Amino acid sequence: MINLNLIFPEIFISLSIMFLLIVGVFKKNSLNFIYNLTIISLLITLALTLNYPIDTHLTLFNESYKIDYLSTFMKILTLISGIFVMLTSSKYIQITKIIKIEYPVLLLSSILGMMVMISSNDLIVFYMGLELQSLALYVLASFNKENLLSSEAGLKFFVLSALSSGLLLYGCSLIYGFSNSTNFILIAENLNSNSYGLTFGIVFILVGLAFKISAVPFHMWAPDVYQGSPTSVTIFFAILPKIAALTVFIRFLYVPFINLIDQWQMIIVFLSIASMLFGAIAAIGQRNLKRLIAYSSIGHMGYALAGLAAGSNNGIQSAVSYISIYLVMNLAFFSCLLMIRRNDNYFENIEDLSGLSKNHPILSISLLIVLFSLAGIPPLAGFFAKFYIFMAVIERSMYFLAVIGLLSTVIAAYYYLRIIKIIYFDPEKEKYDSNHHLGLKLSLIISTIFILFYFIYPSGLTEIISKINII
Amino acid sequence: MNFPILSSLILLPTIGALFIFFSKTNKTKYQSSKYVALFVSFANFLLSLYLWFLFDTTTYEFQFVENQEWIRGFINYKVGVDGISILFIILTTLIAPLCIISVNATIKKNLKGFLVAILLMETLMIGVFCSLDLVVFYLFFEGGLIPMFLIIGIWGGEKRVYSAFKFFLYTLLGSVLMLIAIISIYWMTGTTDVTELYEIGINAKYQNLLWLAFFSSFAVKTPMWPVHTWLPDAHVEAPTAGSVLLAAILLKMGGYAFIRFSLGLFPIASDYFVPLIYFLSLVAIVYTSLVALMQEDMKKLIAYSSVAHMGFVTLGIFTITQQGIEGSIFQMISHGLVSAALFLCVGVVYERMHTRLINRYGGIVTIMPKYAIVFMIFTLGAIGLPGTSGFVGEFLILIGTFKKSFLVATIASSGIIFAAAYMLWLYRRIIFGELIHEDLKKMIDLNQSEIFILWSLAIPILFIGFYPEPIINTVEISVNNLIEMFNSNLQINLAKNN
Repeated sequence: MINLNLIFPEIFISLSIMFLLIVGVFKKNSLNFIYNLTIISLLITLALTLNYPIDTHLTLFNESYKIDYLSTFMKILTLISGIFVMLTSSKYIQITKIIKIEYPVLLLSSILGMMVMISSNDLIVFYMGLELQSLALYVLASFNKENLLSSEAGLKFFVLSALSSGLLLYGCSLIYGFSNSTNFILIAENLNSNSYGLTFGIVFILVGLAFKISAVPFHMWAPDVYQGSPTSVTIFFAILPKIAALTVFIRFLYVPFINLIDQWQMIIVFLSIASMLFGAIAAIGQRNLKRLIAYSSIGHMGYALAGLAAGSNNGIQSAVSYISIYLVMNLAFFSCLLMIRRNDNYFENIEDLSGLSKNHPILSISLLIVLFSLAGIPPLAGFFAKFYIFMAVIERSMYFLAVIGLLSTVIAAYYYLRIIKIIYFDPEKEKYDSNHHLGLKLSLIISTIFILFYFIYPSGLTEIISKINII
Repeated sequence: MNFPILSSLILLPTIGALFIFFSKTNKTKYQSSKYVALFVSFANFLLSLYLWFLFDTTTYEFQFVENQEWIRGFINYKVGVDGISILFIILTTLIAPLCIISVNATIKKNLKGFLVAILLMETLMIGVFCSLDLVVFYLFFEGGLIPMFLIIGIWGGEKRVYSAFKFFLYTLLGSVLMLIAIISIYWMTGTTDVTELYEIGINAKYQNLLWLAFFSSFAVKTPMWPVHTWLPDAHVEAPTAGSVLLAAILLKMGGYAFIRFSLGLFPIASDYFVPLIYFLSLVAIVYTSLVALMQEDMKKLIAYSSVAHMGFVTLGIFTITQQGIEGSIFQMISHGLVSAALFLCVGVVYERMHTRLINRYGGIVTIMPKYAIVFMIFTLGAIGLPGTSGFVGEFLILIGTFKKSFLVATIASSGIIFAAAYMLWLYRRIIFGELIHEDLKKMIDLNQSEIFILWSLAIPILFIGFYPEPIINTVEISVNNLIEMFNSNLQINLAKNN
């Protein structure tokens, strides 16, 4: 008997997608209503997710759907960041007039796809979730129809994503061919590590996954898509798909293929080093803040991958805490970015921040904290994220990875400092609007406080994450 | 003693900073935040004196230790002081209020922010000197970058951006290697607690690499030749109060960390690398002294002289003799007072004339006699004339060095002559000579707050110059213990190898 109780959150979110669509069609001028309803339905989903005991360890549908500590934690993370992303961008989409009823619905279906991905314990389920989230994201990227860049972003994302999905499917089929199963647990049982075909399969799937989290050398889409998409969608891009993809990374590498660690470890190390270095160096020349943050997120994913490369529980936990802290920092950064607005125009170039500290001291302080945290300077939260990663990496004596990683933090520090320099040291510009939506203010305050005071009680997060045991 | 006196010392300035940050001040009463900052830092100074009063000089154990779980099952927040660190804490708390008094018209924009940065700096600097856990130490050590970067960058001179970036990136690059070493130590020994590590000891095989990683960080901070180049830039561009903090306290972190961590944790490697340190220190002493001679900018001259003086300090530390290390600590305290005072002196004339070029001055003894007197005291202190604190430190260091190597000591002694040359020449060009620049006549002599600041530095310089006992007394047992520990470690290792 399948216990459907366990997938109540997913069921609920699917129902609310349909419900919201119908409401949207029949009720005129209900945009705000639907938007708020979406936030509420996310809240209810969150409540449903929190409802059952967090340390369950159950599988559904012939072991193809898994509910365990990792999946619950990552779903909670996804839902919370989904709520915050919607809160921060509610005013933005009104001002830029890109709101349509499809917008919140697409966000919801993308989140549904992510939840499926997070829980997947089977290649087919995983692929379904992945495509659901990506399809919604293609549309969202090109949601600003009037804007050429936005359409380009959507198209580019679609073409490249389709390519990577193709590779991924090919990898899945190879693995199926060599292990007679698509289920992670059965694959692990039938594993015959001598076959090269299996290794090829792993490589293809890793390529597909690396594409989703924009790790070098599969990052080409990220800067264009980040820059072209409406900022509200960029926030979404920068945070949520990474959580889901990282979860799949963890599950895929550590459940069926943990015994083949020798074969995939080098790939992950390479992806990690390339992303860290490339992210740090390529961001230096950027002038557009969204583009810059795209490169910075490539670098950050490199660090998260470094944690995964360690091949230990500590490594997984460090990657999970990295992504948790990373998403808070990104949320704070984008909240700041959405506050750079004058007469209903949003600004996104570095020069627009010039001398911000004179007219907007509080906003500048928050940006300062966020940027130093992104650079990984103690005692801010970003330092701890990196610290956990390097703990895990050095535990495995991977000094090369650690040294490269830390050197690229120094390089990366340069471009974060450059933004701070422009905010604090440069002559001021015209004042920006200071009437902001409550949700935007709220998410900025909460995330900044988290970043700033994380060091007082770091055990809180480590305690929760230390219960994640995959191996 | 249950009252967490060290944590109070660390936290008090931060509380003051938060208070200033969140208090509303209007333009007319902007001075009020200065009084708050002054009050907080002065209270901190009194608290640190009380700490010294309670301090037991008959034991080498760490005192006032607070040990609290921080990252569960992993790292503890542990602070404590011994004879080596307590003096640096007092130096910090003494310099901070003086810096705050010196802040006036020079800081035109955003006084509140400046005070907040200075108070945060004080917190972090005290934290560096008390922390007894490597990770906690790293946190304080690195955290100092943020406020200092802002102090240089926002309130600095023309080339402030370049200097701030250089300062930040140099220091960060040095420190990340130390972070790797700290984590490696954790996985080797299972702890980052310094006192535990003293007992366990670190495998001799890895000591050299770990020592180098720590060295890369401390050498940049000290700064040692050839990674000293950030210092002149940072000093020249920083506002007076920033230069004072940099010279008086930030530079001492490197020297202090050499004693506490390099000698304490890696005795075998420290012994191995002594020639390297001797070489770098001698180059620093001779070469930067010569560079200082040629400077036309007052702040740059003092900055280079700082590098030379810190060369003495590293030399003294790595003689690993009682006199050498005590001399180094003494020299650091003395240099903290003297260089702070010299930068304040430069600040005094800079505020009046808005130039730091030496040849724009001359003959101001007739206009500013009070200034000429205090400046003389500090000049002599920097040279190390007997009767000033500078003499005791350099003398002890040279005794220690003579014990180890005659040649090194001889070369190092030449540094004292160079110091006399550039300092006295600087003094002559500014204070004496003919008054050729007409605009100098408009300068007014020291005002009351300047007199207060400068004399409150001059008195300790003369006092410990004549009567060094309180300082030597405080450090003696701790240094003695450190050296005993060092030698016994070396002997054990020697026995193992045979």
